[in-house]
Amino acid sequence: MTYLIEGRDGPWELVVGLEVHAQVISQSKLFSGASASYGGEPNTHVSLVDAGFPGMLPVINRECVAQAVRTGLGLKARVNLESRFDRKNYFYADLPTGYQISQFTHPIIGEGAVEIELADGSTRMIGITRLHLEQDAGKSMHDQDPARSFIDLNRAGVALMEIVSEPDIRTPEEAGAYLRKLRMILRYLGTCDGNMEEGSMRADVNVSVRKAGEPFRTRCEIKNVNSIRYVMQAIEVEAVRQVEIWESGGSVDQETRLFDPVRSETRSLRSKEDAHDYRYFPDPDLLPLVIGEAWVQDLAAHLPELPDAKRQRFQDEYGIPRYDAGVLVAEQATADFYETVARGRDPRLAANWVIGDFFAALNRTGRTIQDSPISAAALGGMLDLITDGTINGKIAKDVFEEMLASGETAAEIVERKGLRQVTDTGAIDAAVQAVLDKNPDKLAEYRSGKDKLFGFFVGQVMKAMAGKGNPALVNEALKKVL
Amino acid sequence: MMLTELTIAAAQGGLRRREFSAEELVGAHVAAIDRLNGRLNAFITVTSEQALDAARRADAILAGGEDAPALTGIPLGIKDLFCTDGVRTTAASRMLEEFVPPYESTVTANLLADGAVFVGKTNLDEFAMGSANITSAFGSVENPWKRAGDDQTVLVPGGSSGGSAAAVAARLAMGATGTDTGGSIRQPASYCGIAGIKPTYGRCSRWGTIAFASSLDQAGPMARTVEDCAILLQSMAGFDVRDSTSVDVAVPDYRAACGRSLKGMKVGIPAEYRVAGMPAEIEAAWEQGIAWLRDAGCEIVEVSLPYTKYGLATYYIVAPAECSSNLARYDGVRFGRRVPGESLDELYEATRREGFGAEVRRRILMGTYVLSAGYYDAYYLRAQKVRNLIRKDFENAFRTVDVLLTPTAPSPAFAQGEKMDDPVQMYLNDVFTVPASMAGVPAMSVPAGLSQSGLPLGLQVIGRSFDEESVFAAASALERAASFTHRPAVRAEVV
Repeated sequence: MTYLIEGRDGPWELVVGLEVHAQVISQSKLFSGASASYGGEPNTHVSLVDAGFPGMLPVINRECVAQAVRTGLGLKARVNLESRFDRKNYFYADLPTGYQISQFTHPIIGEGAVEIELADGSTRMIGITRLHLEQDAGKSMHDQDPARSFIDLNRAGVALMEIVSEPDIRTPEEAGAYLRKLRMILRYLGTCDGNMEEGSMRADVNVSVRKAGEPFRTRCEIKNVNSIRYVMQAIEVEAVRQVEIWESGGSVDQETRLFDPVRSETRSLRSKEDAHDYRYFPDPDLLPLVIGEAWVQDLAAHLPELPDAKRQRFQDEYGIPRYDAGVLVAEQATADFYETVARGRDPRLAANWVIGDFFAALNRTGRTIQDSPISAAALGGMLDLITDGTINGKIAKDVFEEMLASGETAAEIVERKGLRQVTDTGAIDAAVQAVLDKNPDKLAEYRSGKDKLFGFFVGQVMKAMAGKGNPALVNEALKKVL
Repeated sequence: MMLTELTIAAAQGGLRRREFSAEELVGAHVAAIDRLNGRLNAFITVTSEQALDAARRADAILAGGEDAPALTGIPLGIKDLFCTDGVRTTAASRMLEEFVPPYESTVTANLLADGAVFVGKTNLDEFAMGSANITSAFGSVENPWKRAGDDQTVLVPGGSSGGSAAAVAARLAMGATGTDTGGSIRQPASYCGIAGIKPTYGRCSRWGTIAFASSLDQAGPMARTVEDCAILLQSMAGFDVRDSTSVDVAVPDYRAACGRSLKGMKVGIPAEYRVAGMPAEIEAAWEQGIAWLRDAGCEIVEVSLPYTKYGLATYYIVAPAECSSNLARYDGVRFGRRVPGESLDELYEATRREGFGAEVRRRILMGTYVLSAGYYDAYYLRAQKVRNLIRKDFENAFRTVDVLLTPTAPSPAFAQGEKMDDPVQMYLNDVFTVPASMAGVPAMSVPAGLSQSGLPLGLQVIGRSFDEESVFAAASALERAASFTHRPAVRAEVV
């Protein structure tokens, strides 16, 4: 799908690359033993290393390195067995040492790729340039006091992965699809929780525009956008702004901008001239990070099944449509739930129920799959009752609602409310006869050729049996008599 | 018996034989500090009470029998760059004038675990930046030595570990810790007529030692004999998981190495150290050292370290670059001095202008410059490449020789006020010590004799990485041959 911005003198193409900062899930920080957990009273998760005290030294946290390698493997990227840490020097109150330890020249992860799928079902590969490890900064709080600012160093030193894409993205939709796919992979890997509203995943968006066939023009970087929707909006408004500048004879300045979602515009934060000179140099407190091929292979062997592979397996193993498989693998928990329901049962029936009534119920009750009122085992139990003929599909919907309300099992509800399907042909025959007796005129019409009335008779019989008649047997009985 | 005249080795025996108590030993040094520190200014902080308390505890342990740790009751000075738990640690800077660390550096913790008693924190050049101990915010240190026939002129003790060197030379402490980034242990040891070793980079943990230039900084001992240095380094050295650059190799028996025979040892004499304009007395001391080692059974070999001549220039790019980054944390926000400002930037500027002295500011500026965009490749990157070549020079030399012998410094101690107008002249003091720092190899200064003006001159023994043993062996031989028994004019027993 092409996305072109119509300018006065013809269409413009959009060029976007994303830098995603993903906070690593780990017990402790990248270079200190302090807790990396979210929240906590200000300055309670701070070691002397994090606070930059004299003589304190960083020591790399092995688990953070493992998380970066897992992520690299998940992005089908090159793992660099030797990488280095550099210092990025700048002064800010929430940066205790005056430098951020990052990987500038030698990142731990090199080129990779992410396949995205768009609304029309088409797919595209978005290149990954690199992934590197770096420290998060602390937080400045300017709203605690009229005259003073406060600093919370709980985040200072927490490990981040900066994941840089190639400038392969051509539409806001692709940017959204890329971020959703990246987040899905990170969550599957358990390397980042992907919560953009808590700031554990944030995006810097590089945007430029060009005429078809041109080389890249100057880009602007929109910093720290904290939702997928805002990323898409920011790209749109920034692209329009740039087209207007080029078309009015101006030129776009390379600069850092901020997105204001309230006014739906981007604003200049600092120009290239004011850009920091970060004076990167190799951190002399840390040796080059050397990891073993065997260790990487061991991490690879213990990687969870990733969304693309799982989706394909669901199609192959369960015979469900690609679209349904995509819906079910969107979250690991959903996929696990589905597989528990589907195991030993009709997988298509299971998919229909999970995607249909079950998702609708979660939506309606505002619950998530983690705190679902109906467990996978309970839903499976209900499907068993359908399959063995205890209840029919229509009664099953009532039973499901009752399960949602009461938390009872399907079997308990069927028992208590006497919803067991009637398969006694005598009872069905009697009900059929009663309906025919009550509707002699309809019977005559049917017999004179109005076939469509067959459905009417089925409905009447089921109604007379309070919905509990076995639909197949009712059909059969009616056909026989009619 | 003059307790302040004892070596550490002798005091270890005397304490165990109960010839004197730790309280007497420490008390004698504390009394000497009381009497002389006002003049020498070797200590920034004196911890007499804690030292005497520790001495009494040491006596209780010594009374308990044989198991007292090696340094039990030995009074030491600690360079005020090592963080000491609960004891003010200033780095000789206004910036940290009131800073009391809640933690103990690994090196000093090792010494404490071995029973050492700290009598105080010794003066130094601010943040260890200097070669004359004249940049301290707490005033200059006076060298206890005097030129022959001139008891007026105040000489510098060298730097940056000038307070440690002066304290040990004047018998205010039996030994002291130093740190050496480009010669800060060896050059003051030479100027004050004592021994001092910069061990291999990675041998002592840097954890808890205030950083100047992380890739060069290395702690080491200073004492009046080579053997005492060996005893102290034995305690200070060792792998530390908290310092990623410390190296996990076993620490050998350094004291035993001091008595090793030199038969068959190959000693390299680097041609490039014969710098133009070297004073004749330095040259003569060097020749004398060569003769002593030859007499001790060594084979003397001329070697070449062609990149030595770039050592100093390279050092003055690498060290300031790292210092400009290491000192960024002194910003007035979390600890140390804060000078308020209307904005965050003003707070930074006022705090750092007031907190840092001129030499520290100069090095931060140089370091910031050489790391800047557009200059990085020409300065920092090129300096790193040259540093690798210097390292290779030493590796090549050590394929044919076991140690190198050079002078420690190009002159004896100079007077306060000399060489002070021109920073480059000052930097030249480190010309012989910097190359070993750049290569990370161990190097030791040992007193070899007196200059014509009656001031001590040191010789430097440089060894292979992690082969401090050969360095101790050669330095001990020089020490025996020199039988350096001269003592400074200002010292504990001189009333």
